[in-house]
Amino acid sequence: MRRGRFTGYWLMLPAALWLGVFFVIPFYSLLATSLYDPEGSVLTGYDVTWHVANFADALREHADELWRSLWYAGVATVICAVLGYVLAYAIAFKAGRWRNVMLVLVIAPFFTSFLVRTLSWKLILADDGFVVDFLQTLHLMGEDDRLLATPVAVIAGLVYNFLPFMVLPLYASLEKIDVRLIEAAGDLYASPARGFWKVTLPLSMPGLVAGTLLTFIPSAGDYINAQLLGSTNQRMVGNVIQDLFTNTGDYATAGALSVTLMVIIVAMVVLYIRKAGTEELL
Amino acid sequence: MNVLHRVGRWIGEHLVLAAGVLVLVYMFVPIAVVMLMSFNDNSKSRNVYAFRDFTWHNWANVCQPDGMCEAVLRSVVIGLSATLVATILGTLAAFALVRHRFLGRSSMNTIIFLPMASPEIVMGSSLLALFVSAGFGGRLGMVTIFIAHVMFCLSFVIVTVKARLAGLDGNLEEAAMDLYASESTTFWRVTFPLVFPGIAAAALLSFSLSFDDFIITNLNAGQTVTFPMYVWGVAQRGIPMQVNVIGTIMFLVALAIVVGNMLATRRKQPA
Repeated sequence: MRRGRFTGYWLMLPAALWLGVFFVIPFYSLLATSLYDPEGSVLTGYDVTWHVANFADALREHADELWRSLWYAGVATVICAVLGYVLAYAIAFKAGRWRNVMLVLVIAPFFTSFLVRTLSWKLILADDGFVVDFLQTLHLMGEDDRLLATPVAVIAGLVYNFLPFMVLPLYASLEKIDVRLIEAAGDLYASPARGFWKVTLPLSMPGLVAGTLLTFIPSAGDYINAQLLGSTNQRMVGNVIQDLFTNTGDYATAGALSVTLMVIIVAMVVLYIRKAGTEELL
Repeated sequence: MNVLHRVGRWIGEHLVLAAGVLVLVYMFVPIAVVMLMSFNDNSKSRNVYAFRDFTWHNWANVCQPDGMCEAVLRSVVIGLSATLVATILGTLAAFALVRHRFLGRSSMNTIIFLPMASPEIVMGSSLLALFVSAGFGGRLGMVTIFIAHVMFCLSFVIVTVKARLAGLDGNLEEAAMDLYASESTTFWRVTFPLVFPGIAAAALLSFSLSFDDFIITNLNAGQTVTFPMYVWGVAQRGIPMQVNVIGTIMFLVALAIVVGNMLATRRKQPA
């Protein structure tokens, strides 16, 4: 086929410009913001004074929220991985002709607003809601214990909101597995459990790695669940950044926190991918 | 022994399926609650978290809460315009990435992946930092929301269309050319119709991402209120039950589109 030498560039240009100006350059703006003179304000304007102490201030004041974000996101990701694996495995190997229906059901929650669904959780976990009533009847919860405004509620919300991001890549990976490999393990006298650990799980690693990242990253930055289902004791770093930007107008600290979160996440992702990569080779 | 083994196996197999179904139920409980609450009559009670009486009132008077329908309309306008622009730019880019060789192609692939792997709060605050430093801090509104939405939808469009384009059978296009179809005829009669399902899926995805976005929008909206921002605002005071009506309508419309699409493709390709 004849093709102009520059056609590729012309086709790519508009999208590349948009992402360049509104995605790449903003990172520099954010970095500049994190080095603002903290004395500045929306009214008097800001100066970049290479005020590196912003980072020290941000970390000193908001280390709790930062640590809590990573902790909650980590727990939510592990729970998502377990639940997501069960569901993806059931769809890939056990669902038969219900496979497509189940897949549609997995993405269906996306069709309703994230916020409306999270508010719905607030209602389910409410103090006079059926979940609390049920647990109190079983004496698993005391009369005055509550679910709302606890880490349990926030983590349950995170798990719920990001579970489809775990299920879909896992399913994509599991579905590609040649079933004959699993059968071969059985033929060679491997127990089903051993076959799973030695064959199915390693082959589904790419999906598990992708799913983990797609769950962990948005969970760590989320503040909707912490705000709607938690109390001030469950504030995550996202709540702080949002608050500093939109209410307090403390751009310097907000910028420094945002950069810190990004750096931590990138570092964890790189480490994790390396580790997962070597495990695959073993 | 053998029978016992079989029974164990049967339970084992169905246990996984049952557990999977339970996980699905967990994912659906909140939606069921939203649907149920859309029929809740809580006019006699302050407690918005309990189902009192059945009523059609919320459905008949959807626009009663102050500013809600305006917010929905604003979200639809933003969603449609961001989807249109992101789908066009993203489709062009997908063609460039799959069909052409050019300098910087692999770094482009990385840049496209990054917005999907960055926390929204970081992207949102970066964009806000850009707008503020460019002197747009006081003029945040529809335009800045639109810019932000096109930005985060683009990656999803490119990835979706790319996947469709990469799975395309090149022989069909060659056959058209062999039969003396010109390059443009081949494109419009063969390539485009084959890629179209991917483009349509990308457009649907980008509309729902845009319509539902809160974190990035909230940082870059100024005084403009979209539907998710409206919900966020009323969540602090007490939610009008009509919010659940909008949630239910969204769910049913999207489900109808997906199921309709599945049935249509099934009819076209009897398999």
